[in-house]
Order: sequence, then structure tokens, then C-alpha cells
Amino acid sequence: MSALQEIPVTVEAGTGNIPPLLHEIRHALARVARGESGTVIDLRSLPLAPGEEEKIEAVLGEGEVQAELQALGPTSVLETAYAGVWIVTHRNTEDEIVARFIEVGRIPEILRSQPEDIERSAKELQQKLQETTASES
Amino acid sequence: MRKDQTLGEYLEAKGVSRRGFLKFCSATASLMALPPSAVSQVVQALASAKRPSVIWLSFQECTGCTESLTRSHAPTIESLIFDAISLDYHHTLQVASGTAAEEAREAAMEGSAGEYLLVVDGSIPLGNPGYSTIAGISNVDMLQESAKNAAALIAVGTCASFGGIPHAKPNPTGAVALSDIITDKPIINISGCPPIPVVITGVLAHFLTFGTIPELDHLGRPTAFFGQNIHDRCYRRPFYERGQFAKTFDDEGARKGWCLYELGCKGPTTYNACATLKWNEGTSFPIGSGHGCLGCSEPDFWDKGSFYTPISAGLWGSRETLLGAAAAGAALGIGSALAAKARKKKAQAADEAGQS
Repeated sequence: MSALQEIPVTVEAGTGNIPPLLHEIRHALARVARGESGTVIDLRSLPLAPGEEEKIEAVLGEGEVQAELQALGPTSVLETAYAGVWIVTHRNTEDEIVARFIEVGRIPEILRSQPEDIERSAKELQQKLQETTASES
Repeated sequence: MRKDQTLGEYLEAKGVSRRGFLKFCSATASLMALPPSAVSQVVQALASAKRPSVIWLSFQECTGCTESLTRSHAPTIESLIFDAISLDYHHTLQVASGTAAEEAREAAMEGSAGEYLLVVDGSIPLGNPGYSTIAGISNVDMLQESAKNAAALIAVGTCASFGGIPHAKPNPTGAVALSDIITDKPIINISGCPPIPVVITGVLAHFLTFGTIPELDHLGRPTAFFGQNIHDRCYRRPFYERGQFAKTFDDEGARKGWCLYELGCKGPTTYNACATLKWNEGTSFPIGSGHGCLGCSEPDFWDKGSFYTPISAGLWGSRETLLGAAAAGAALGIGSALAAKARKKKAQAADEAGQS
């Protein structure tokens, strides 16, 4: 890699897509503040120059919440320094990014327990307790 | 996965949580270039989707399309899409060979008549049926037989979509595109040499999710992926606007990542999703690596002059006049489209003159 880095290729200017994206986030945040619904922005749908995603992350900064979940590979959910603005990065089991979203809202849907999972776990817990009771008696 | 099982039931049986399924659907929606607001629809549709049978025929091709597909950059998510279809015949990937393989194809055609998807990569030689055969059956016969009861056809790659490299002059085998032979079925063209792997899976995911053909452009390509040209989505576009062009592959402009238009980049006339989806696990795409776009997802890309001649050179004749045109900036989007048409006409005229 060091040999590659010695080639003096630099990317001078960006796509100019960062400011409008940040304004989109600002508008989305204002809507949530008024009690309206949240917004999800797919980062893959935007042309971004090398390094621009990192710039967006740097502008948004780090907030209070950093969550990691394991479902078909890891997913990281980070609240940025702006409360209500989240960065959700889905990875597969080989740790490659499969999708990346900026979510504006109180909590990204992926963090919530899903009704179907809750229903199943209620049954599983009941079954487990029955088995325990049966083995004790 | 049993054929009568829905995808939702299948994933649940595999121990995938609903949260995992939600993640799968988010990634799939992103893959299909659907807005994130459509995720809940995708969740509903995929949970109850039945597993379609797929027959994949490889004709006059280099296997690059299958190579591309098997290197899809999201193994977990995309292998789930492949679990979700029943790939009943693919002579490069399947274990069975010879008679057993052909029996698998016939069984799928019979068992899922009217419902299966027929995927084709490679062009079809009409010059002499013996140029390309599978199990002694010529490509054109196998295509016609397999297409008869298909729900829809997908042409994977520029060869199946438009004839591709086998069709390039002088076209020794008389190669034609899928759509030249089959005219009474819906055909989705996923062009590219090879096509972007996630576009192949994205189209399969669309069929799986909605059971319909996605919206197509005038060349039969899904607009979700081929709706915009490389130039409009290129991160080097600001340099083009400012008239900053690399003149050689090793000058200051090239090192600073300036626009590659003058070095022959076909981005302005090429419709594909490389600039946003990128290649090799999202690492880069040709322009990101310092080389112009070859225009591989367009018809006759091999016969449109040099890869290193600027697009408009064919229209205005010389490099010098072209530079004036490039400076005209915004008008060029239209100009280059006209240039492409003019070039095509010119090429056709030359072709006809040569033959007569």
C-alpha cells in the first residue's frame, strides 16, 4: 500500500453534494421537532467523492448513543452530535457494508424490538419456565 | 427451502429474527434503488413472496457475467436472495451435467410452466447453428423452447441485451440479441460488460418483491439503475463544469483527478449505475481509478470508435473543434446524445456502403 500512496493523486474538490444533504437533514429535523414523521436518507443514492462520507460524519460528530446489533451480520447505530440524527450502517457477516442510511427521528426502527420477535420470545420464555417448573417438581 | 414456503417462513425457520429480516429488506430496498420509505412495503411483500423458479442459459459469452454475479459484494444479503429463488438450471454453476442437467431444465419448464424466469447471458449466433450448442441443441432452438412458457426473460450482460462483443463488426457468427429472437414476452435488459452484480440481484429482488417487471427505458433497461448517465452522477463532474480536463493519463490534471472527457470518457452517453453503486465491494469504478468510461452498457459500444477519442470528435471531426464544444458546457448533454445518434447513423451508412 505504501507504494500506492506515493503516487501523488489528490482529489481537489468534492461533488458539492454535502451542503444540500446537510440542509435536507436540517429540514427533516425541523419536521421531527414539530412532531411530524421522521426521514431516512439512503447514502448509496448520492454521488459522493472519495472522502466525502467521512466529511459528513465529521460535520455531524458523535453523540450520546452508540449501539451495535447482530442480525445477519453487525449493524452500528450511532446518534450524531445532533440529537435525532442517526447514522445506521448495515454490514454483512463478512463485515462489508451493505447499506448506509442517515435516519432522522427519535429512534431508528432497527433498534426497536419487532412485534413478531416479541411474540415468539413470549412463547419461548413461557415454555422455558414450564420446563424448569416440570424438572423441579 | 420448499417451493410452497414463503420467504418469511423460510427465514424464520432458519432462525433469522424479524429484526434481521428488517435489515435484509432495508438493504434490498437500497439495492433496488427504492426510497427508504418503501421498506415497509418490501417487508410485507417479501414476507409472503413465493420462491420463483429460474432457468439460466449461457450462450455465446465469456462467463464474465456469471463471474460478476458470483462476486456480488454482499454475500449474506444476496445469498438470501439466491436462497429465495430456485435456480433450477445454470450449466456453469450446477453440479449436474449432461443428460441429468438437461432433465433438470425440462423438469423446471414443465413444473413451473408460465411462472419461471428465464435468464440469458451471451448472444445467439444465427450464422450457423453449430457455432454454439449445449447438449447438441443450438442456442436459438434452446432459447425458443425455453422461452415458450417463461413468465418473463432477463438478458444479463450486453451480449444478451444488444449482441455485445460477438455482434461487433464483422460479426462472424451472425450474433444477435435475445430481443431479436423473442418478441412476444417481456424482456428486461441488464446490460454492462459485465453488469454490476447488485443490479442483477436488484432486478431479481424486484421480481421477487412485487412479482412485476420494473419500469424500463427505451432500451428495455430498468430505469432504477439505468435512468441516469455516468456523467451526471460522476464525482468528477465539477471539473467538467469548470473546464478542467486531464489531457494525458499522467499530466497534472490526471493527478488532480480532473475530468476525463478529453481522454475519451463515454460517461455522458452511457447509462448505468457505476458512479453510485461502484465495483469491487463498493471500492471504486473506472473513472474513480483514473480511466474513462468505455460505455459498455450501451449498444454497439465496441464499434463506436476509439475508447480514447472524445465522444464529440465524431460529430465535429477534430479534437480542436471539440474543445470549443466542451467549453460550451451545459449544451453538451444534448450535444453528445446527438453525437451518439449521428455516429450510429454514420456507422450504419458506412456499414451498408461496405456491404453493397
